[in-house]
Amino acid sequence: MTDLTDLGIRDIRDGVRTGTFSAREVATAFNDAVSRAKPLNAFLVETPDHALAAADAADAARAAGEELKPLAGVPIGMKDLFCTKGVTTTAASHILEGFKPQYESTVSQKLWDAGAGMLGKLNMDQFAMGSSNETSAFGNVISPWRSNDGSTAPLAPGGSSGGSSSAVAARLCPGATGTDTGGSIRQPAAFTGISGIKPTYGRCSRWGTIAFASSLDQAGPMARDVRDCAIMLEAMSGFDAKDATSLDLPVPQWEQSLNANMAGKRVGIPREYRVDNMPEEIEALWQQGIAWMKDAGAEIVEVSLPHTKYALPAYYIIAPAEASSNLARYDGVRYGLRDLPEGANLQEMYAATRAAGFGDEVKRRILIGTYVLSAGFYDAYFTQASKVRTLIARDFEKAWESCDVLLTPTAPSAAFALGEKSADPLAMYLNDVFTVPSSLAGLPAMSVPGGLDRKGLPLGLQVIGKALDEQGVLNAALALEERAGFAARPQAWW
Amino acid sequence: MVAGAMSVDTVTVKKVASLARIAIDDAAAERLVPELNNILGWIEQLGEVDTSGVAPMTAVIPNTLRLRDDVVNADPLTGGGIRDAVLANAPQAEHGFFTVPKVIE
Amino acid sequence: MADATAPYRIKGATGDWEVVIGLEVHAQVTSNAKLFSGAATAFGAEPNTQVSLIDAAMPGMLPVPNRECIRQAVRTGMAIDAQINKWSRFDRKNYFYADLPQGYQISQLYHPLVGEGSIEIEDGETVKTIGVERIHVEQDAGKLMHDQHPTRSYVDLNRSGVALMEIVSRPDMRSPSEAGAYLRKLRAILRYVGSCDGNMEEGSMRADVNVSVRRPGDEFGTRTETKNVNSVRFVMAAIEHEANRQVDVLESGGKIVQETRLFNADTGTTRSMRSKEDAHDYRYFPDPDLLPLELDDAFLEECRASLPELPDAKRKRYEAAGITPYNADVLTAEVETARWFDALLEAGAAPVAASNWVAGELFGALNRIGKDITESPVTPGQAAELLALVADGTLSGSLAKQVFEVMLETGDAPGKIVEERGLKQTSDTGAIEAVIAEVLAKNPNQLEQYRAGKVALFGFFVGQTMKAMGGKANPGVVNELLKKALG
Ligand SMILES: [Mg+2]
Ligand SMILES: [Zn+2]
Repeated sequence: MTDLTDLGIRDIRDGVRTGTFSAREVATAFNDAVSRAKPLNAFLVETPDHALAAADAADAARAAGEELKPLAGVPIGMKDLFCTKGVTTTAASHILEGFKPQYESTVSQKLWDAGAGMLGKLNMDQFAMGSSNETSAFGNVISPWRSNDGSTAPLAPGGSSGGSSSAVAARLCPGATGTDTGGSIRQPAAFTGISGIKPTYGRCSRWGTIAFASSLDQAGPMARDVRDCAIMLEAMSGFDAKDATSLDLPVPQWEQSLNANMAGKRVGIPREYRVDNMPEEIEALWQQGIAWMKDAGAEIVEVSLPHTKYALPAYYIIAPAEASSNLARYDGVRYGLRDLPEGANLQEMYAATRAAGFGDEVKRRILIGTYVLSAGFYDAYFTQASKVRTLIARDFEKAWESCDVLLTPTAPSAAFALGEKSADPLAMYLNDVFTVPSSLAGLPAMSVPGGLDRKGLPLGLQVIGKALDEQGVLNAALALEERAGFAARPQAWW
Repeated sequence: MVAGAMSVDTVTVKKVASLARIAIDDAAAERLVPELNNILGWIEQLGEVDTSGVAPMTAVIPNTLRLRDDVVNADPLTGGGIRDAVLANAPQAEHGFFTVPKVIE
Repeated sequence: MADATAPYRIKGATGDWEVVIGLEVHAQVTSNAKLFSGAATAFGAEPNTQVSLIDAAMPGMLPVPNRECIRQAVRTGMAIDAQINKWSRFDRKNYFYADLPQGYQISQLYHPLVGEGSIEIEDGETVKTIGVERIHVEQDAGKLMHDQHPTRSYVDLNRSGVALMEIVSRPDMRSPSEAGAYLRKLRAILRYVGSCDGNMEEGSMRADVNVSVRRPGDEFGTRTETKNVNSVRFVMAAIEHEANRQVDVLESGGKIVQETRLFNADTGTTRSMRSKEDAHDYRYFPDPDLLPLELDDAFLEECRASLPELPDAKRKRYEAAGITPYNADVLTAEVETARWFDALLEAGAAPVAASNWVAGELFGALNRIGKDITESPVTPGQAAELLALVADGTLSGSLAKQVFEVMLETGDAPGKIVEERGLKQTSDTGAIEAVIAEVLAKNPNQLEQYRAGKVALFGFFVGQTMKAMGGKANPGVVNELLKKALG
């Protein structure tokens, strides 16, 4: 029998249903893998009992002849941005050290209701701010991948869902939750050779998910392939009356409707995504993707998204502005860290607590956000950025007149070494250049592995779709996946 | 936006940090000056975009605000009467209150 | 209406000063649950027992607005003829304080729910229209307590997230008494509409008082804002003190600093709040957790249809029915009185007689027994019956007073009391003629004088007859029969 940890979500689900193996065997195998993978630092908290309890429930249901739930017997990893009742949740920040939520986030609750179990809480960039998972207060996550040039330099798993990407790529879990504000599902998926989809803004409830930038934050699944993402996304999505921005729409049966035939579909290639200094390998991968799309029957059309260049700067106004306000609640009064220097008054306690509790990148973004909202600057920065955001959304609307989905690279490079960009915030921000525009427009977008670069590191292709057309995105991604035949995986060194 | 018109100095950085209630020392403020100016200089390119007649985005996906019925504790997750849960993570609580250093108003 | 009174002026050493006043009133919206959570709003609960995860700003918690709070604010706007904005949105006002768990207050700066409206006030003989700039909806903060511990303040979040309407007037008031009249009128409107209970002691209404002074006719001076003043009397005292303080400062060559001040109810004075250097940079921006609030016509129609008759309209209706302006004013000042009086009219009472009776007899009696009109032992239906017995001659005025006393004590219906105690007024001519004959027989001297031309003695005979009948004779019938008997 193959190693159970080599199986994806669909195979585990089906295997448990048919009795090929028990859910407990699956949970045990993944629990073991998690406990052996400490060097990756992907997990902040391990919850083997949670995974076992869900597995036993699945096995009991099967023994009783009951119909199994959609994710019965599937253990997953939970990004530490999701509040989990009674299980420490920190957003990888000291300021929430020891925080045990008394509630369960809507997304995690939906997964448990679907029968999934939790292997543990996944490390991440602190408050989801970062693209390399180097801003966690609890240490970097290491990518399981290594370049083929003999170097053992630790590589970035991408961010902010770096614990999720690392854990899925290293076969520590068949799927994991991620969150995506400007690319935090897609970029780490691309860096680690896995798939990840950010659905339309409003598909997944934000209730109980620690906020970074409310108008952008969306949860989504990260898994080994497109089908697994579809299965998991179905369980995570759905209307939630507790989130005023939640979409009151039924959840489509994405898995059942998967179809890789692109005949009659038009795939748009945005000319502005051909950025300066883009590595040749990325350009080559993109051309390969275009060829695969043609092969799948699609018509290729060139489109223009003229405001693409302004998406990143607009994002780096809007996201920090929202974050500066969203993170004001971490003040040492009701939960989390309190730093009360001798003789300090209330306002001094706030300043000391937040200085001690937040990491450098979080502070940097809070300061930028505070500055752009402050008296005299609000219109020039925030209002202008919000108008540019309107223009970016209009660009996409215009593009949909001539195509059904867009195809782009996911990131401008393969995984870089840890430390390579951490001294230059701006260089790090530029990593999100291809993922941010669709985030600003709230559109569904997915990354799938397309191949390896010269150093043997994964590269991802991104499909962007119309609002609510996750099916179109999944289908196009499946067409790519079938043609890419991506089978590379990191060799265990940990 | 006037291109290149905005840049911060240590005084501004400290003022902003104080607004954000983040204690910083002189060294940190000095370190942040070039970092923030670098980022601010870069985002200022937005000033080039002609946005006259463009409305700021208010809803990412066309959607209107739903309103809730006026019912107390209809959903335990959004209702009250859960003092223990509310105080469970408090750094300091007494007699059912959160406590903070004494405030003189 | 003619302005009979001289304008209010502060007599300074260097001449007269005019006071300019604007009020920002925070009125707690009447609702069961909070503005953005399902926690209760009831006053006086144990600390932190009416706090949801949302009100405590736990990580990942989100606001969802309460329809009733929006509805009440819209109805309030309609009641002051204000523009209702079908498109509005919520903004965040960012600042750090221990009573503000989120680190921001959800409010409305850029696009308030209610725009311009106005309120008509009467200050003495003067009628004046005070502009209302806007009404926006926002969250209340929690409460800090400083007396429980030597080095700590205690935080109670029960009020955190309760819905408030902030009703912002134009700087249209020119004297403490105008401000008082405005507040009383606003409170009456809110209570008529039912959007706020107007209970100032429990903090349901608090006013931020903006005051400046100037030479009559000059440009506006620099203003100060005195926060959270919680009674009409205190608002008037705060204005008086603050205006005089400003005049003193200006006359001694100083400048007014735009600042926030606090009112001390014990001393009747205001003092500067220790200035927080960045207190004024609130970094407002649209709350990204909430979409724009868009109201449809059906919602607005329901709001309008559910509005009651408002004080001004009611007063006009009463006056049109012949009720004196004074009585109309008294009867409409409090919504409960007006409701009671309307019920009385509905039960068939004649407006003028009813208004005199309520303003005189009923108020006097309630005052005496220390009850307000909602606790009146006499119902409007019973009162209507009593007034009907007077109108049809069954009871004389003095008999009616006797019956009313019994009603107050027993709560019985007047008809029953009249029946049981035989208090019915008589118009039986035979019985009255018999008594008159007796009276004339007993008073031969007076009869002789009357017949000799001293007609003023007629009243004497009426009195004697009424007295002999124990007050129960119909005075009209007595008059008529006496005239006949006396020839
Ligand atoms: Mg105010
Ligand atoms: Zn206010």
